[in-house]
Amino acid sequence: MLIAKVVGSVVATQKDEKLANTKLLVCQIHNHNNEAQDSYVIAVDSVGAGTGDMVLYAAGSSARQTNITKDRPCDAVIMAIVDSWDMDGTDVFKKWSEA
Amino acid sequence: MFLAEVIGTVVAPISVPELKGRTHLMVRPVTPEGKPTGKTKVAIDSIGAGVGDRVLVVDEGGSARQILGDPDAGIRTVILGFVDSVSIHGRTVFDHSS
Amino acid sequence: MYVARVTGRLVATVISPGLEGVRLQWIQPLDEKGDPMGAQQVACAAIDSGPGDLVEFVDGREAAVALPDETFVPVDATIVGYVSQAVAEGIDLAEEAN
Repeated sequence: MLIAKVVGSVVATQKDEKLANTKLLVCQIHNHNNEAQDSYVIAVDSVGAGTGDMVLYAAGSSARQTNITKDRPCDAVIMAIVDSWDMDGTDVFKKWSEA
Repeated sequence: MFLAEVIGTVVAPISVPELKGRTHLMVRPVTPEGKPTGKTKVAIDSIGAGVGDRVLVVDEGGSARQILGDPDAGIRTVILGFVDSVSIHGRTVFDHSS
Repeated sequence: MYVARVTGRLVATVISPGLEGVRLQWIQPLDEKGDPMGAQQVACAAIDSGPGDLVEFVDGREAAVALPDETFVPVDATIVGYVSQAVAEGIDLAEEAN
């Protein structure tokens, strides 16, 4: 799984009918040091994430392993909202100290 | 499936149940000519391969489960054969016996 | 499967159903020399691994299958084994760290 920050959403009224009623979010990938990368992924939300949230997403066929994305054409799903992480014993990201 | 060279051994005394008692080998994918290519992986041995052997590796869950005969195993990388020879356009680029 | 080093821990209270209580850890995949291979990623831990440990992880859909309890979960990387020795070309990745 990779870390990404939700930076926006995608509205697509004309899409494959199997993707109806899914929330598509624009996520900017961050690395382990919380540095924003120059790559983005559009992921289906399965946990109620919103703009500004740091999230964890799963890619590939694993992305279809939720009740929301089962049997749907989806290759990236947001599966957790990140509270914090540490790296080599040092806190890198804390959701509640960001503001 | 891909061609690989067995380059090392891995010992994992603590593991999930389906990996217990299995041989883990480090494999490096190679081109038909034998040049290293791609990322080094850890594969489960099903044929008795050893370091230096040229082998055939499958990296997909359904096939891996068939080979290991375990329908619930969360395993995808398995060594399933020794490579005797490889030829491209009729030209032999790898021959185990030579 | 790949060899990796556990580098950190991650906490997420809002998580997909079936993953509550599953440990999430940062891992750095390693090549046969012990050098970083690709970017760090987050994996579920199916064993009691922790920062600093040398481990094996499985990626793709099999990562979900490798988890001990619920397997219908959106997981694409799972730590499946604790590596005590990984020797390739005379280098033991487990000793390199110590």
